[in-house]
Amino acid sequence: MTALVISEHDNSELKGATLNTVSAAQKLDDDIHLLVAGSNCNSVAESAASIEGVSKVLYVDSPEYENFLAENISLLIKNISNDYSSILAPATTNGKNYMPRVAALLDVAQISDISAVESKDTFQRPIYAGNCIATVKSSDEVKVITVRTTAFDPVSTESGSAEILKLEEVNDAGISQFIKDELAESDRPELTAADVIISGGRGMQNGENFNLLEGIADKLGAAIGASRAAVDSGFVPNDYQVGQTGKIVAPNLYIAVGISGAIQHLAGMKDSKVIVAINKDEDAPIFQVADYGLVADLFTALPEMESKI
Amino acid sequence: MKILVPIKRVVDYNVKVRPKADESGVDLNNVKMAINPFCEIAVEEAVRLKEAGSADEIIAITVGESVAQEQLRTALALGADKAILIETDQEPQPLGISKALKSIVERENPDLIIMGKQAIDGDNNQTGQMLAALLGYPQATFASELKVTDGKAEVTREVDGGLQTISINLPAIVTSDLRLNEPRYASLPNIMKAKQKPLETISSDELGIDLNPRISTVKVSPPPEREAGIIVESIDQLVDKLKNEAKVIS
Ligand SMILES: Cc1cc2nc3c(=O)[nH]c(=O)nc-3n(C[C@H](O)[C@H](O)[C@H](O)COP(=O)(O)OP(=O)(O)OC[C@H]3O[C@@H](n4cnc5c(N)ncnc54)[C@H](O)[C@@H]3O)c2cc1C
Ligand SMILES: Nc1ncnc2c1ncn2[C@@H]1O[C@H](COP(=O)(O)O)[C@@H](O)[C@H]1O
Repeated sequence: MTALVISEHDNSELKGATLNTVSAAQKLDDDIHLLVAGSNCNSVAESAASIEGVSKVLYVDSPEYENFLAENISLLIKNISNDYSSILAPATTNGKNYMPRVAALLDVAQISDISAVESKDTFQRPIYAGNCIATVKSSDEVKVITVRTTAFDPVSTESGSAEILKLEEVNDAGISQFIKDELAESDRPELTAADVIISGGRGMQNGENFNLLEGIADKLGAAIGASRAAVDSGFVPNDYQVGQTGKIVAPNLYIAVGISGAIQHLAGMKDSKVIVAINKDEDAPIFQVADYGLVADLFTALPEMESKI
Repeated sequence: MKILVPIKRVVDYNVKVRPKADESGVDLNNVKMAINPFCEIAVEEAVRLKEAGSADEIIAITVGESVAQEQLRTALALGADKAILIETDQEPQPLGISKALKSIVERENPDLIIMGKQAIDGDNNQTGQMLAALLGYPQATFASELKVTDGKAEVTREVDGGLQTISINLPAIVTSDLRLNEPRYASLPNIMKAKQKPLETISSDELGIDLNPRISTVKVSPPPEREAGIIVESIDQLVDKLKNEAKVIS
């Protein structure tokens, strides 16, 4: 049986989330095909061909896929879905956008955000902000799945030698148009791929004070995250948000500063390997998940920490 | 313009939910129920469009048990004009819910459907996209800004790297992210008025729609516990622990 994995990329680079998704697919099916759909994305198809475990790269290059509009991508995936027993995409904002649409076009359910594969039809997934883990069994012939990338180790990109098969598939639904992207430019690692993350909450008081995190992030090669309260208060942009309804992260080290530890925030970071919390309130719930807690005022603790690491 | 707002009754977001002792499901005994926060945002957005003169009718709809009428009344108190309950005793899943919603869309012909991006119980994040697919409508998910102008909507979406703006032809589906707006509280007079507003109940059998679940729950277990950590006394101690005990920094 063959799995189809939908790759995540920006037309020039393959994103790491693809490698975690292939890893999940390997637990399901013996053979894996990878779809690279985009515009002028030849370089992505080439790097995809070297992913371990992938036997074929389906490469579709056409302007209507440039911005991954769900209306067009879902038609494409449906049209090529015939021979697959499972179709998987990472649970990124792209995957979450088009995959349920694919599932409905195929008249099957979607299994969202799986964190483990138990068998060909049985999966684990967090529900209720990760307060419960559901083991679910799908009765559909085709499994349409989004994958919680932090739950699967990435496969390597060294050993593979897949065949690249170029497909001519034009699907312009013509009902939606891309206008613009406003993407954050940053030299830091992406939140979902970072080894170390330092996040600030409402306790940071304003956007400028995030400079206190920058210095530490520079030294640790860390990404910077935030709680929803920090984002809502306009301290930092929305793509910093970690949590149930933001990004799910699981770095080696997560440092939460001035974050109280609401259920919704914990949902996004409690699978981190080591958690540090700095908070002036010793009763803050964040300390219940922290490996190392420091009860202190962040305005004195952060400069000291920066000088000592 | 007519707006349809599908909403869901869920556990209040402040409740820390636990599995039942026998792991057969989630323990929902005596927990507080509420309208899903993202659906509340969807209702608010519809009400704002009506207040701005862009919409003239708002219909709130839910697929669920009879008790979900409470949440429909909340939507009416927030400003919806009428409500529809598609009543079923099954616990419907996104694909079945979308099919039920589709049949009402075909009856009511709304120009815009605003819903939540995610229900905070199952965290599925599917129903809007599925409904859009079944209807062949465009979709703008994870919306943080919505502008409606002659026959189209311009929507700013929250995506992983930042923001994306797209234009979609109406009729269309928009799903709300947290920053789309901040919902108002229902005033007491409006809660009273909501009791007089029309609420139609349709049984799911009447619609003749297959609501059978495609996914069954084998068990619901607690997440892995984290071992209790320690409180350190100083930055020096913290840095030492991170270097020499956890070995996560060098
Ligand atoms: C549907 C829904 C979805 C949500 N999704 C998310 C999500 O994805 N992610 C998320 O984060 N939240 C989410 N939330 C919001 C969540 O419920 C909390 O409101 C939010 O996480 C609180 O952010 P905070 O910890 O920064 O702020 P607060 O709870 O206000 O905590 C601030 C903390 O800073 C500490 N502090 C203040 N000053 C200092 C100082 N000088 N030094 C040290 N410590 C200090 C305080 O002691 C306090 O503990 C969601 C809510 C809802 C309803
Ligand atoms: N039973 C339901 N009845 C009506 N609308 C629903 C129902 N379940 C989900 N929805 C809508 O779909 C959105 C996303 O839910 P979900 O796909 O379950 O995460 C919710 O915010 C609601 O707007």
